[in-house]
Amino acid sequence: MTVIRLGRMAGVVAVPLLAVGLYLGLFWAPEDAMMGQVQRIMYVHFPSWIAVGLSYLVGFVCSVVYLVRRNPRFDYMAQAGVEVGVLFNATGLVTGSIWGRPTWGVWWTWDPRLTTTAIMLVIFVGYLLVRAFLDDPDARGRVGALVAIMGFVTVPIVYFSVRWWRTLHQIQSSPNTVDHKMVVALRVMMVAFAAGACYLMSRRYEVARLEAVVEQIEYEPDTGAGGTRG
Amino acid sequence: MIGAELRRSWILLWKDLLIERRAKAAFNAMAFFAGIVLLTFGFAVGPEAPGVETGVETLLQHLSPGLVWVAILFTSQLAADRSFQLELERGGLDALRVYPGDRKALYFGKLLANLAILLLMEAVLLPFAAILYSLDLWARLPALAGVAVLTTIALSATGTFYAALTANLRARQVLLPLLLFPVLIPVLLAAVKATGLVLRGDPMNELGSWVKLLGAADVLFLVVAALTFEYVVEE
Repeated sequence: MTVIRLGRMAGVVAVPLLAVGLYLGLFWAPEDAMMGQVQRIMYVHFPSWIAVGLSYLVGFVCSVVYLVRRNPRFDYMAQAGVEVGVLFNATGLVTGSIWGRPTWGVWWTWDPRLTTTAIMLVIFVGYLLVRAFLDDPDARGRVGALVAIMGFVTVPIVYFSVRWWRTLHQIQSSPNTVDHKMVVALRVMMVAFAAGACYLMSRRYEVARLEAVVEQIEYEPDTGAGGTRG
Repeated sequence: MIGAELRRSWILLWKDLLIERRAKAAFNAMAFFAGIVLLTFGFAVGPEAPGVETGVETLLQHLSPGLVWVAILFTSQLAADRSFQLELERGGLDALRVYPGDRKALYFGKLLANLAILLLMEAVLLPFAAILYSLDLWARLPALAGVAVLTTIALSATGTFYAALTANLRARQVLLPLLLFPVLIPVLLAAVKATGLVLRGDPMNELGSWVKLLGAADVLFLVVAALTFEYVVEE
């Protein structure tokens, strides 16, 4: 139950912070000198990647712990981590693409970070797809964990390979050269997204746990509930 | 202890190669498949299309490192899948599971068999590509072989891992490439770059970093797969 309670606390933190962060980013912080209003998408784009890192890390660590301990709760948490990670990964790519169109002139470019994160998305979508094909909960947890571990450790290699391949992405601005209002707004949004990711993961964890309960009832027709389904 | 594990791997390798030598079916099918892929690229690209430097090379020659490695990538997936289907057909995997000793021996045995068959296939495919696309690779064969070995280690290391993982799944033929290809993108990239540098010369001295990347990928895949393989073949 602690996961649920911690998640709820994160949710209570996330919602007001998100509102405040959006206000700060969209109205309070100044417009970018070069890119104008378009740059404000940064307040959604960059925090998404914080949430991605956090969620995939949770997915990876819980996968390792699940393989060793075989406690299904870690599998639920791993699944929650990867699924929320995929969500924010897609958000990050879409917002990046929208930002890229007016600033770089293209929706997509083969830049190292874009390419790496796109490959990362494919790797972890693979995790979700494999799980969908496995009926036995133990096999699902085991195979999923192995796919997540192998996928996670590959990401640095992917990054280095694509970085040597080509580079175009803007170097992140150092906080010293940026208006402090922008920094404050971005920091608030980063915390809000991290807390939001924690909240979503805790909800997904709870759903996974309940799904497992339902699955168990359906597999045991003697208990009555599954009998009607045959 | 290590000696015993090495012997187990060696026996497994020997068994797989013996089956292959007697049946020959898989190797022939794989080599033909890879050849057909190269041929198809020839039709898709067109034999006379000019390359980036007009007059110096054709488009096929320009693209050849990428085309050859894509053909090999596709074939490596077939090889990996087949090596575990072979075990599943008559319950061989169950027998392998009850063998004494570390499961790492099982992994390395299967890996070496895959590696040997793939390298043999490449030894046929590369000259075929040289003839088909009129590439001048004979003088550069040693360097090319080095790149090929490093790349093929990564292909078989991941191929064996994911094939074992998906061997029992209903949709393994869809899932295996789906899991395998994304993690192999850096390997493909490094192999294509390194092969291009070997074939066209390396004025900026970049070959070293790609070779190092291939080596790093090999080590990473081998270590992670070996450490987790006992969970992969668990029943």
